[in-house]
Amino acid sequence: MISSSSQLVLAFALLYFYLNERSAGNTANMLFEDNYTWYAPLHINYHVGVDGISIAMILLTAFVVLAGVLISWNVEKLGKEFFFLLLFLSVGAYGFFISLDLFTLFFFLEVAVIPKFLLIGIWGSGKKQYSAMKLALMLMTGSAFVFVGLIGLYLNTNTGNGQHTFDILQIAQMNIPLSVQKFFFPFAFVGFGVFGALFPFHTWVPDGHSSAPTAASMFLAGISMKLGGYGCLRVATFLMPDAAHQYSWIIIVLASIAILYGAFATMMQTDLKYINAYSSVSHCGFVLLGIGILTKTAITGAVMQMVSHGLMTALFFAGIGMIYDRTHTRQLSQLGGLLKIMPFISTVFVIAGLCSLGLPGFSGFVAEVTVFMGGWSRADNFYRIATIVACASIVVTAVYILRAVGKAIMGPLNVGEGDSSLLGRAAGGGVDAKWNEKWAAALLIIGIVAIGIAPFWLNDLVTPATETIMNKISAIVK
Amino acid sequence: MLNDFLYLMNAELLVTLIIFILLFLKLSNEEWKNEGLLNFINFLLLINLAAGFFYIPNGNLFGDMFHTSELVTFEKNLLNLGTLIISLQSHDWLKTHKHVAEFYILLLSTLLGMFFMISANNLLMFYLGLELSTIPLAALSNFDLEKRRSSEAAFKFIISSAFSSGLLLFGISMLYGATGTLNFMGIKAHLNGNPFQVFSFILLLAGFGFKISAVPFHLWTADVYEGSPVAVTSYLSVISKGAVLFVMISIFYNVFTPIADSWYNMIFLISVATMIIGNLFALRQQNMKRFLAFSSIAQIGFILVGLSAQSTAGSSSVIFFILIYIFSNLGAFGVISLVSAVKGKENMDDYRGFYKTNPVLSWVLAISLFSLAGIPPMAGFFGKFFLLFAGAGKGNYSLIIIAALNMVVSLYYYLKVIKIMFMDANEHPLEKIKTHWQPKIAMALCVGGILVTGIASGAYNYIHSLLK
Repeated sequence: MISSSSQLVLAFALLYFYLNERSAGNTANMLFEDNYTWYAPLHINYHVGVDGISIAMILLTAFVVLAGVLISWNVEKLGKEFFFLLLFLSVGAYGFFISLDLFTLFFFLEVAVIPKFLLIGIWGSGKKQYSAMKLALMLMTGSAFVFVGLIGLYLNTNTGNGQHTFDILQIAQMNIPLSVQKFFFPFAFVGFGVFGALFPFHTWVPDGHSSAPTAASMFLAGISMKLGGYGCLRVATFLMPDAAHQYSWIIIVLASIAILYGAFATMMQTDLKYINAYSSVSHCGFVLLGIGILTKTAITGAVMQMVSHGLMTALFFAGIGMIYDRTHTRQLSQLGGLLKIMPFISTVFVIAGLCSLGLPGFSGFVAEVTVFMGGWSRADNFYRIATIVACASIVVTAVYILRAVGKAIMGPLNVGEGDSSLLGRAAGGGVDAKWNEKWAAALLIIGIVAIGIAPFWLNDLVTPATETIMNKISAIVK
Repeated sequence: MLNDFLYLMNAELLVTLIIFILLFLKLSNEEWKNEGLLNFINFLLLINLAAGFFYIPNGNLFGDMFHTSELVTFEKNLLNLGTLIISLQSHDWLKTHKHVAEFYILLLSTLLGMFFMISANNLLMFYLGLELSTIPLAALSNFDLEKRRSSEAAFKFIISSAFSSGLLLFGISMLYGATGTLNFMGIKAHLNGNPFQVFSFILLLAGFGFKISAVPFHLWTADVYEGSPVAVTSYLSVISKGAVLFVMISIFYNVFTPIADSWYNMIFLISVATMIIGNLFALRQQNMKRFLAFSSIAQIGFILVGLSAQSTAGSSSVIFFILIYIFSNLGAFGVISLVSAVKGKENMDDYRGFYKTNPVLSWVLAISLFSLAGIPPMAGFFGKFFLLFAGAGKGNYSLIIIAALNMVVSLYYYLKVIKIMFMDANEHPLEKIKTHWQPKIAMALCVGGILVTGIASGAYNYIHSLLK
């Protein structure tokens, strides 16, 4: 608790200092850089620093981790191990987002895999062992691909007299030959894509999310999937822009499929967690779509979507977790009229749902519109069709969200066969959210609304960083 | 001359001294309690390890047959360290054994053989060391004196190692015929890559392959590992393989450079086959020792990827990995040997719900297995990364892709053990095991090593500087 709130405080402090520096006119690409030699013979450095995108992701991580800790305040089984693993996971995420060295980045990427396996396998529900194993193996396959991509990239860098480098900023200034880029871009992109639920490598998402304990679901969907998006952007696209441009149509096709497929698959689900998991596939499709479109607005939109989806989905899972704790069921058919007995939780659930379907005023709307605007601004029928397809998915989203919310929250009261004492306790008014759950939800809602109402601060934060990336790409696109 | 002799051979002489001390102890009429004897021996081994760091000799002896340098001393220290850890770990098994002194006399004889093997500068000396290190090992495999499996293991081991020694000798004699010398530098000068030389090299490689149990020479491994006492299994899988790999590095990188292209292809094929077959067989094992046997075969495949690099990065990554491998594999074996000594259980199913009753031991085993699987922040991640990284240096990406995918396969079976320990429910898990302080120290050493050697880059940088 103390450590995760201090993480949040530190993240805000970082934001504050960052904005200070920027407004003081410091236009360097990365701020607060630290560079230590780690393995000198192999040119491996511990090199970290932040730009706007990293700051946004760090803020997101801090929010979600603190909310996750609050939600799981009353973990009964092996509490110490649970929180240790959760914080270890957040170390991986923070480290990943600040790394400026490919080795460091890969190190933290893998750090963030195994704790998930243990969290799901030990504290999960349902077919947890299967899901945990599937998640670990798929993510490790992803990182094996990333590994090949990074090594290939490394061996084709040249810092003079035949020396290689892992340094992202140095590689960004080199011209990697097109043939090399075309060979290794798929490895890096698909590898990170597995983390970011790229179609058809998304199959770990539904199983993993639905079996995980609440806090781990929040982390998985809220942060872990963003590792993929961030990696696709920072490593694959930023360092191999030519290949990104060449392959952009494949990325867009896959992302559009993910968006539509995820949305339609969600319609068929009856388990609340599966609903949110599949809708995450759909929403993360927007991130990859934004990256694939390769315009400044679209990439900014992708980053905003990452933050927004992170907060929104964490809130959604928090709501589902709270409902499950009380009713011991997640089946839509066994739920109904929850608003009557747990008004706070129901409100949280509704807010998350509305954000997910992109209601203006919440963050989801802002992010998706930015991606669409970026897509439309490419005067090319292909991009416009992809944008239209993606837009159309929102209708589907509205259908499943409203259906789920309507069924669970409204209508006659129904709590399934779960806890029979529930209704009795409900009469006394004792089943609504506790203080820790209220705080967790409030934290996430504040984030969502802050972005939804005042998107410009996030936009201003992210834009300089996307500009750096775009400077490299626009030379090629034109 | 005598000073040279004492100075350059200090590591060997110290081990010999300990062997003689033990012999005299055994010969004297005094009856020693096992407990005291074990403490005394571990104390001697500790001195032996510490002494290795003080005098770092450099020079040749016996007309260039024996060679030592800072690198060789470092390698010997690694072997000393591994031996000490194994000795501490086998405390619970040995304290009721009738022949503790003999166990150590044999163990140290093989260690001595390995020292000579690493220090060899001449094929004859190398062969001598190899045999000295192999034959006592066969006796050691038989050290569970009442168990038939143990004698069976010993018998399999002696037959297969005799066969591999035969191949090796055949190769050595043909190489002698082809080059006219047994001295390493002399051989190098006469190598020109004609088919006869390459053929003799293949025989040599087959001999090496047997010792490190690379596919297709791996068939003895699983049975011998399963039958031998755990202490001997861990010694076989870590120390004896490590020593042969040290020799392979020095011979392949310094002697057979003129035919580097041909041996690159051989190592490439062997390493791919070793990784794949080791992994596939490890997937279905139920006995912990067999499981670790096959996983160690797969690890050898990864090591060969690094060996194939033919660069300083390659050799330093292999030596670095062996250091990490000592910690990781011995950490895993430490727990298994405790469970086996105290409870007599060696099957995976017996470990169901192990975490409930033995959380510390479970974490030790888990950390070791994570390290073997190459999960950061354990040292194994760095070791594997550098091996593959060095192997990629030649620009052969197919090898790296195969290796990277094999890492995922290997992750599956390591995670399976973790799953069994942490997640599977069991009404009657193994009871809490009381650990003596000696195995505790050994496990602390292993876990400490696993956590530190990767994150702190000192060890790798030191190895790299030795090889420059």
